Amino acid sequence: MTDNPIISVRGLVTRFGKHTVHDGLDLDVQRGEIIGIVGGSGTGKSVLLHAVVGLLKPAAGQITVFGESVRDTSAEDYRRLRKRWGVMFQDGALFSSLNVQQNVEAPMREQLDLSDETREALAAIKVRMVGLPEHALQKMPSELSGGMRKRAGFARAIALDPEIVFLDEPTAGLDPIGAAAFDELTAQLRRALGLTVFLVTHDLDSLHAICDRIAVLAEGRVLATGTMAQMQDVDHPWVQAYFKGPRARAALAQKEAV
Amino acid sequence: MTQGPVPQISLTDGVFVLEGDLLIGTIESLNLRQGLAQTIDLSRVAQFDTAGAWAVVTLERRLQDAGLSPRIIGASPLQTDLLATLRQNMPTKDGAGVMRMTLADRLDQLGRKTVSAFRTALAIIGFLGQTVATIAGLLLHPARIRWTAIVHHMQQVGLNAVPIVALMAFLIGVVLAFQGAAQLRQFGAEVFVVDLIAISILRELGILLTAIIVAGRSGSAFTAAIGSMKMREEIDAMRTLGLDPIEVLVAPRVIALILMLPVLGIIANFAGLLGGAIMSWIELGVSPGVFQSRLVGNTGVWHFGVGLIKAPFFALIIGIVGCFEGMQVGGDAESLGRLTSTSVVLSIFLVITADAMFSIFFAIVGV
Repeated sequence: MTDNPIISVRGLVTRFGKHTVHDGLDLDVQRGEIIGIVGGSGTGKSVLLHAVVGLLKPAAGQITVFGESVRDTSAEDYRRLRKRWGVMFQDGALFSSLNVQQNVEAPMREQLDLSDETREALAAIKVRMVGLPEHALQKMPSELSGGMRKRAGFARAIALDPEIVFLDEPTAGLDPIGAAAFDELTAQLRRALGLTVFLVTHDLDSLHAICDRIAVLAEGRVLATGTMAQMQDVDHPWVQAYFKGPRARAALAQKEAV
Repeated sequence: MTQGPVPQISLTDGVFVLEGDLLIGTIESLNLRQGLAQTIDLSRVAQFDTAGAWAVVTLERRLQDAGLSPRIIGASPLQTDLLATLRQNMPTKDGAGVMRMTLADRLDQLGRKTVSAFRTALAIIGFLGQTVATIAGLLLHPARIRWTAIVHHMQQVGLNAVPIVALMAFLIGVVLAFQGAAQLRQFGAEVFVVDLIAISILRELGILLTAIIVAGRSGSAFTAAIGSMKMREEIDAMRTLGLDPIEVLVAPRVIALILMLPVLGIIANFAGLLGGAIMSWIELGVSPGVFQSRLVGNTGVWHFGVGLIKAPFFALIIGIVGCFEGMQVGGDAESLGRLTSTSVVLSIFLVITADAMFSIFFAIVGV
C-alpha cells in the first residue's frame, strides 16, 4: 500500500434537512484495492458513494479523488475527473430508451470522438467481458432480467476503462449463483484492468470472496476498517452482530470449505 | 486516461514496434492495416487499456489471417492478462451491427403492423365489453359501487375542468360571432349570426371541443395513473388480493366521465352563447334582448338535444381508451410516455370519427 490514497475523505458531514447522515467521516481507499463499504440500513452507504462521485454536496468536509477535490472545482476539471471513474447504480440505471449497445456506447459518444466501427467493437468487447451474450447488445433494458441489467450497467461503467469503479449493491437481488458470478467478474476485471473498486454491499459472501478491506459505517462515521479477519475482533455490538451472526458464520464456513 | 505521448507503430526488421500510450482516446490514430511481421513488440508502450489491447489483438488476428503466427513480446504481466481477456471476448461478426432493411423486411413490417392494429382494435372492443359488463354488474349490486372514488374522479375530470372549458367555449363564441358578422354583413343578414352561433355551438362545437379538451386533460391522466400503477406491479397486487382492477380503477373513472362530460358540455354551451352574444352586441349591435328572442324563436330545442346525446358516448370513448392504454404499459418508463401520447391521439381521433357518424345518423333520421 502506498501513502497516496486514490480516494480520500476527510471530516465529511452530510445532512438532509435536520437529519445528519455522516458526522465527520474519514475514509481512505488505496489504489488497486477492492474496498467493501458495509453498514446497517440508513447509515449512508449510498449517500457516501453519491458524495464521493460529486452528485451530492456535503455540508462540510473534503473529498479528493486522484488527489483532486471533487467539489469546489471548475466544470472542466470535474469533467476530466469524471472520465476516470465509472459508476454502476443499483439495478443498473440503464437508459430505458436505448438498447444495451447504445447504453454502453453512451459514455464513449459523450466523452470521445471515436469512429462508429471502433465504438461498436469496444462496446461488444465490454458486453462480452461482463459475461453477457453478444445478442444482448440489441436488447432494450426492459427485455433483460435483473441480473443482466446489472451486468449491462457494469459494462457501461467500465466503458471508458476507468481507474475506479463504484458499485452500489451489485449483488442485491441476484440469486446466489448469479451473485457469485458477479463477484468473480469483479475480481477478474480488477486483475485485467487494474481497477480500484468501491463496493457498497450487504452481501457477506462478496465481502469474503473479493474484498481486500472492509469499512464499517455506523453512527455517522467509519467505525472500523480492516480485513475480514480483523473485523471479527472489533468490539462493537453492531459489528459483532454483523460479522458473527448466523449468516456470517455460514459464509465463513463456506469459504473455508472451498 | 491522461493524454500522453501519441501512439505510434513502426515496422523494422520484421517487428512491429508499438510506442506511446495505447488508450481509448488515442487509439484511432494508429494505422494497423499495413505490413506483415512475425513479432509485435510492446516493450515501449507506456499506458495500455482495453482499447489498446483490442488494437493489438486486431493486428494479431489480421496477421493470423495472412497465414502468419505472430508472437507478442515485451508485454508486462498485466498487459498479458488483458490481452488474454480480450482474445476471449473479441466480438464475432454475427452479433454486432445494424441489420439492413430489405423490401421483404419492409413488407413484413407493414403486415405485422396491420395485424397488430387489428388486434389492438379487437382488444379495445374486448376491454369495452368487459368494462360495460362490470358497470352493469355494479348497477345490479349498488353496494359494491365505490362512491368515494367516483366523486373524487368527478371532481378531477369535471369540476376542475370547468374554468378551461368555459373559457375555451366563450372564446369560440366570440370568434364565431366576429367571423360570422364579417361575412353576413355583406348580405345585410347580420341578424342570422344568432342562428349561426346557436346551431354551431349547440350542435357541434360545444360538446366536441369539450371532449377534445377532456381527452387531453383527463384521458392522458388516466393512462399515466394506471400505467404507473401497472409499472410498479400494483395491478398485479390488486389481483392477488381478489380486487378486480376494472371494477376498482376503470369503472369509477368511466362512470365519473360519463356523468361529468354532459355537464361540462352544457357549461360550454352557455359560455359559447354568452361569448357570441357579447360579440354580436359589440360588433353588430344585436342587443341581448334580440339575441335571446331570436335564439328562443328560431333555434329548435333539438339542436341542444343532438349535442347533448353525443356527450356520454364521447365520455365512454375517452375513458375506455385512456384506461386501456394505461393497462398496456410495460415495465419501462418509455412505454408509459409513448402510450400516454397514443391515448390522447387515439381518443381525439375516435371522438371526431364518432362525431362524423352521429352527423350522418342525425341527417338520416332528420333532426
